[in-house]
Amino acid sequence: MDESISKPVNVTPQQQELIAFRVGRQEFCIDVMKVREIRCWAVATVLPRAPRYVRGVINLRGAVLPIVDLAARLGLPGSEPTARNVIIVVQIAQQQIGLLVDAVSDILTADEKSIQPAPDVASELVRSFVKGLLPVDGRMISLISLDLVLPTELQEAA
Amino acid sequence: MDPMAAIRETFFQECEEQLGELEAGLLLMENGTAEAETVNAVFRAVHSIKGGAGIFALDALVRFAHVFETALDRVRSGQMEASPPVLNLLLRAADVLADLVRAAREGGVADAAHVASLVVEFNQINSGAKPPAPAPIPTPVQQWEIIFTPRPELYAKANETALLLRELQRLGEMRVVLNASRLPELAELEPEGAYLTWCITLEADCTAQAVRAVFEFVEDDCELEITQALPAEPALVPGSIITGDNGFSFEFFPPVEAEEEPAPEPEPARVVQKPPTQEVAAAAREEARTATIRVDLDRVDRMIDLVGELVINEAMLSQRVLEAGLARASGVAMALEELEHLTREIQDSVMAIRAQPVRSVFQRMPRLVREVAAQTGKQVRLVTEGEGTEVDKTVIERIADPLNHMIRNAIDHGLESPEKRLAAGKPAEGQVKLAAMHRSGRIVLEVSDDGGGINRARVKQKAIENGVIGPDAQLSDDEIDNLIFLPGFSTASTISDISGRGVGMDVVRQSVAALGGRISIASKPGLGSTFTLSLPLTLAVLDGMVVAACGHILIIPLGTIVETLKPKAADVFPLDNGINVLRLRGGYVPMVDVAVALGYSERRIDPEQSVALLVEGEGGLRAVLLVDAIHGQRQVVIKSLEANYRAVPGIAAATVMGDGRVALILDVDAVLRNNRNETARAEPARAELTLQEAI
Amino acid sequence: MQKTILTVDDSRAMRDMLRHSLMAAGFKVLQADDGLHGLELLETEMPDVIVTDINMPRMDGFGFIEAVRAHESRRAVPVLVLTTEVDIDKKQRAKEAGATGWIVKPFDPARLVEAIRRVSS
Repeated sequence: MDESISKPVNVTPQQQELIAFRVGRQEFCIDVMKVREIRCWAVATVLPRAPRYVRGVINLRGAVLPIVDLAARLGLPGSEPTARNVIIVVQIAQQQIGLLVDAVSDILTADEKSIQPAPDVASELVRSFVKGLLPVDGRMISLISLDLVLPTELQEAA
Repeated sequence: MDPMAAIRETFFQECEEQLGELEAGLLLMENGTAEAETVNAVFRAVHSIKGGAGIFALDALVRFAHVFETALDRVRSGQMEASPPVLNLLLRAADVLADLVRAAREGGVADAAHVASLVVEFNQINSGAKPPAPAPIPTPVQQWEIIFTPRPELYAKANETALLLRELQRLGEMRVVLNASRLPELAELEPEGAYLTWCITLEADCTAQAVRAVFEFVEDDCELEITQALPAEPALVPGSIITGDNGFSFEFFPPVEAEEEPAPEPEPARVVQKPPTQEVAAAAREEARTATIRVDLDRVDRMIDLVGELVINEAMLSQRVLEAGLARASGVAMALEELEHLTREIQDSVMAIRAQPVRSVFQRMPRLVREVAAQTGKQVRLVTEGEGTEVDKTVIERIADPLNHMIRNAIDHGLESPEKRLAAGKPAEGQVKLAAMHRSGRIVLEVSDDGGGINRARVKQKAIENGVIGPDAQLSDDEIDNLIFLPGFSTASTISDISGRGVGMDVVRQSVAALGGRISIASKPGLGSTFTLSLPLTLAVLDGMVVAACGHILIIPLGTIVETLKPKAADVFPLDNGINVLRLRGGYVPMVDVAVALGYSERRIDPEQSVALLVEGEGGLRAVLLVDAIHGQRQVVIKSLEANYRAVPGIAAATVMGDGRVALILDVDAVLRNNRNETARAEPARAELTLQEAI
Repeated sequence: MQKTILTVDDSRAMRDMLRHSLMAAGFKVLQADDGLHGLELLETEMPDVIVTDINMPRMDGFGFIEAVRAHESRRAVPVLVLTTEVDIDKKQRAKEAGATGWIVKPFDPARLVEAIRRVSS
């Protein structure tokens, strides 16, 4: 992990704490306030006629948690998950959803001003989910809009 | 919720409880088994509803409750005998009161003509009673002359004339003149004496009593003259001294001590008699042992969730221990067994918290019986048994409708007319019995009648006419009786206004099946019929068959499964649209490959290599479900898919298995409906035929 | 000092209503659902004013007031009857039992508070 990345200290109102993770070769981040917990991959029960990016459901301490495969959702090349994969459990409105990612890479504090608009070069699919870009030590981390990552049918409700 | 809305809700909840008590009490009175306390409880129920309704200005309810209460008070005090006609009126009044409560709750209107006719009846039987207090009439402004001369005792009791005058001033405009003419020379003045007289002129819209009330505490310790300066005082309002806008009144009584000998200061040595209160309080403590507390349902539900998780965790732990290859007799295995035992016990106790006696539902039935009896011109006595039988709250809420139907049916179709009964040597009055009991982990409800039993020849005839069975079908008595549950059996000619309302027993069976329940009938010609309804004790768990379809574990609700089959290739017939049907006892039942139906697989499994389950869903729709294997039966805790996701077609809910993985519960009805639609689309005529033959 | 009011009423809605209005007026509120329960509370609590219903199961308001008055230390506690009873005989009975005042429901919270203030001042 890069030592020079700004660590969460006293977060001012203009600042946001973000959790960064890898999907394939790209790095994304989401607001840490939306994250309920991070857990390792467990085999999901396949739901009939679900969108391809919905991996199924797992048992999260008695609740049934749907798993969204972020790679599939963002149209990125993915592979079958292994025990090394990670599920980020996020809260969106009244629902909890698990996001399947490759690994959590960092927790960082970002100034709102440092978030740049997404450039046109990214693929259309990625662009539709990305709210902005965050340059961190030469890396570009895409800030994703969680509401849009939800299975389409759930977006209205959220 | 804002506090007033919450109190209002509490009031209506209480009303429901009180209506239940009211009805139960009146029925005891009708049976002649009422005790004095029963009559009091009945009175209190109506009285309480009236009191609460007053808070929320539910005037119609208050007015009716008042008339009702007046009659009950006369019965209670022995001024009026609880004769059958009086009880009949009281019972009907209880029904109307219930209507008024519901109308108030839902913002609707009760049948005004009906209410009015009962009020008239009440007025007739109450005519000998003291007239109820009239509503307070606003009193016009009047002038009062008050001459007030305190005696020394007044001052000795620490009364302040200034406070009394201030009190008086609240009533209206006041002028005070102090007459000090009796005041002696200073030398003769006694410090404890009283020499002053106040002459007060008060202009106020109040009664003489209201003026006097100000002095009630000191009445005996002063000279008091109250005269009216203006013409005749209007009729006095009994008991109201201060009158508010909404009928509020408040009256002071003189202090109790004033009516007794002034109590001497208790001497320290005096033995104080043990007050009766201590005994009473001890009795209260005795009673308090069976006291109840009210708990938010959310908390209980949270606990049930947690216990569900505990059960799952315990199962996971067992599995791990098994996998670790520990011997059955090892300490770990034995401790685990203990844990399992404790876990079940906790689960049972937590479930018991939500359990409620079926009484609340049973209490609604006498009214129904009265109504249906009146409509059909039959004489019916309802006997109930096992009202205290407890079942989960979720189930209670949903058994009322099926019971309603069954009771209507028992009276309308089960019981004969009084003439027929007499001709058959039976008493004119028929009996419908409603009983509840626990049997092997389920609740069983029985509705039996002593009517004529099922007319099997007619039922069979009707079934043939309606195309429900073939003309040459060979059916046992039992099978014929159970034909009445089939959709399409109730035809126009059998639907009466009473049990019909356009639905037959098939609807009852559907709603019962939706609860994971079963219904059956036993009938003896000439002696009557008994409908038996068996339901799970809770809807939070479900008895299911664990099956595998294309490698996926699924739960099929046990309530839907009629039987398991091992199909033979010779009995499978493909239809033109690719759907297979299975020949079963002369009929044809469509076959549904579960994995294909859920989209898990494209290719159907070979019926001979599969396990087949004959299932039946709502509307009596049947199909044979094909799965790879059956892994056994188990009770599963139902988990919502919608909480974090959404409804999934073909799936009713989810559950968590012993290995911690989620398994899906098949929505048999959805699968059947879907299959029927596909079949119907492909070949309508033939599909109908297939389904109808499939009995 | 904050005054304590004991309300005795078998109706939950009425108790809630009383608690709501009395607490809003700055009183501390104790609640009992019938006379026996009220007496039990009085073993450990000494309210400034008691407001009681008449028609209650187990022990009615008359019995309750008599039991309250039977105890030397409770002679001085004002007891207000809050009831829908309009019967003069009942009122007389309450008076004989030792009630301080008689209030007819439906009650106006402001007036009730006023009555409580009057008897407890």
